[in-house]
Amino acid sequence: MTFSQGPLAQLFLARWRELRREPGVLFWVFGFPILLAIALGLAFRNRPPEVATIAVVDAPALSTTNAPATDVAAAIDAVDGFKARRVDAATAAELLRSGRALLVVEPGDPPRFTFDPTRAGSRLAEIAVRDALEFAHDPKARMATQENVVTAPGQRYIDFLLPGLLGMNLMSGGVWGVGWALVLMRTRKLLKRFAATPMRRSDLLLSFMLFRVVIALIEALFLILFGILAFKLWPRGSYLTLAVLVSVSALAFSGVGLLVASRAQNSQSAAGLMNLVTLPMFLLSGVFFPAGNFPDWMQPLVKALPLTALNDALRAVILDGATLAATAPQLAVLGAWGGLGFAIALKIFRWT
Amino acid sequence: MDSPDAPTIAAPVASRPAIRTRGLVKRFDAVTAVDGVDLEVRAGECFGLLGPNGAGKTTTIEILEGLQRATSGEVELLGLPWDGHATELRARIGIQLQETELYDKLSVVETVRLFRSFYPHPLEVADVLEQVDLIDKQDAWVEKLSGGQKQRLAIACALVSDPELCFLDEPTTGLDPAARRALWEILRRLRAGGRTLLLTTHYMEEAEKLCDRIAIMRKGKIIALGTPSELIARLGGEQIIEVGSEPPLPAELFAAIPGVVACLPDPGGFRLTVHEIHATLPLVIDELRKRGARPSRLSTRTATLDDVFVELTGTSLGADEAQAASVAGVHDAKSRRRKPEVAS
Repeated sequence: MTFSQGPLAQLFLARWRELRREPGVLFWVFGFPILLAIALGLAFRNRPPEVATIAVVDAPALSTTNAPATDVAAAIDAVDGFKARRVDAATAAELLRSGRALLVVEPGDPPRFTFDPTRAGSRLAEIAVRDALEFAHDPKARMATQENVVTAPGQRYIDFLLPGLLGMNLMSGGVWGVGWALVLMRTRKLLKRFAATPMRRSDLLLSFMLFRVVIALIEALFLILFGILAFKLWPRGSYLTLAVLVSVSALAFSGVGLLVASRAQNSQSAAGLMNLVTLPMFLLSGVFFPAGNFPDWMQPLVKALPLTALNDALRAVILDGATLAATAPQLAVLGAWGGLGFAIALKIFRWT
Repeated sequence: MDSPDAPTIAAPVASRPAIRTRGLVKRFDAVTAVDGVDLEVRAGECFGLLGPNGAGKTTTIEILEGLQRATSGEVELLGLPWDGHATELRARIGIQLQETELYDKLSVVETVRLFRSFYPHPLEVADVLEQVDLIDKQDAWVEKLSGGQKQRLAIACALVSDPELCFLDEPTTGLDPAARRALWEILRRLRAGGRTLLLTTHYMEEAEKLCDRIAIMRKGKIIALGTPSELIARLGGEQIIEVGSEPPLPAELFAAIPGVVACLPDPGGFRLTVHEIHATLPLVIDELRKRGARPSRLSTRTATLDDVFVELTGTSLGADEAQAASVAGVHDAKSRRRKPEVAS
């Protein structure tokens, strides 16, 4: 019997035909990630820096020698990126509380600054406004500097975000794609029918993992192309390294998918389990912000998650041009998830 | 492992049973689904396992198929126990399960090819499709098939292994009469081809038409076993008079009529088992006249397996089935799911 007539190839082909002949599924697998990336791309597209509002309290000046509100407001407006808004004290407090103003300035001698120092924007605003007022008071106080504006690929937020989105898609696609299809086969009693044949149990699970690798490579290709076309984000590392990374991650996430699907008896409990598995990774694994932000005691847990490993490795390869060898620790984490997932699922898998 | 046709080891086919069970019991928590079943199915015969829904047929057949483990008791298929021979046995049997839904988006030929890939010595796909009359549908997707065609495809998947022993679990449930007859024809051909068939059904008529021997199950037990004609002969009479009266008369009156072997309640009256209709029918009519009753219903026919079932259990299989189906309609619509066959 040739390979193409063999069980692994036939099971793989069955998956492929199912997907190819179901346009709705094609959209969710390939179209949705692109749409998501486009939506986020619009949210994070390059645009002029935002204008920050500084609330200036419009109280009557206590002394004519002190800068009255008009002068303070003028000095603030002169600073690039800041705009003064003259309001009464209560409104100023409200603007600060709601985050619409970064800083409240009460003109006086000395002027009073009110702000929340844990907000990075507020601290910067405080420094800038203080600087502007000093300069207005004494023009000689300004030091001459040169500004060098950077918008090169590699340092923008979208550059951080896109590899994270790719990782997130590979996770969802792997866990849901594999888990959901298997649970459906179980509820349709197709797994039971297979269990009644001499088919090797591992062939079925393996066919799902291999199928997922192929789909993941196509998905990754789409998203990387999107990054290049929409954001000029050319991966700095080699495409071969990326392909290996994507393939190993597909094994890891389909391993998780196999585990999730190994016992679930109906689609509701499977969906619950898959959310239980994927949601923490959305939050913890550095999709939208660096995973390093979590406290030290959480780091061992965070680093052991397959999505953290994948996102770290993807960013290293795409943004810093890391080699395959440099991503060995992450590949090891991903490989362990894939291997253990497969081995445990094979043991505990429920066929009926 | 001995090959089935090695002359020095294998016993003559006729003397070695294809299936043998001893004291088979299956318990689910408090429920005993199979309660001490002893079965022997001979090689080459078509054996019917009959009974209403919930009688334990499917549990029994799934234990035989190696899909469930018995709580206790012994099972041997083709002379081998499941323990230690699972892969070999799976390769030598063919199975059609009651509720399998195959891949919707695969074509008929792709589906059979997939199942074919699992077996060491399979038949050619085209041969199998020919046996189940699906050649002209081979490129149709499974989701486009009628209920009868789906069942035939399921049987094709069972046959592609070239099995010595075939299990068919309610293959005609939910099919319309035309599709059912088409399937019977295919099953007859299979039997003629020398395969052993184990068939479950809750249609008595089907068992009578197809099976060499029949076991009737009820509440996990086999309550009767034999050829259809043996079972019917066991009634003590081969003819049935169905009678109802207005006003209704008590059963004892009919039972006392000479020549009536048994009198069982039936919707709208009684079923009288008799030896000779021509001798007993006039006495029944006399009795009605004597009591001043008018026959609301009067008919005669030959006894069937359904009468055997009524005799054994006191309820009609059809009545049990209707009841079970109304329950199934709420819970899983088990017997109603298949699309009606479109006569072609």
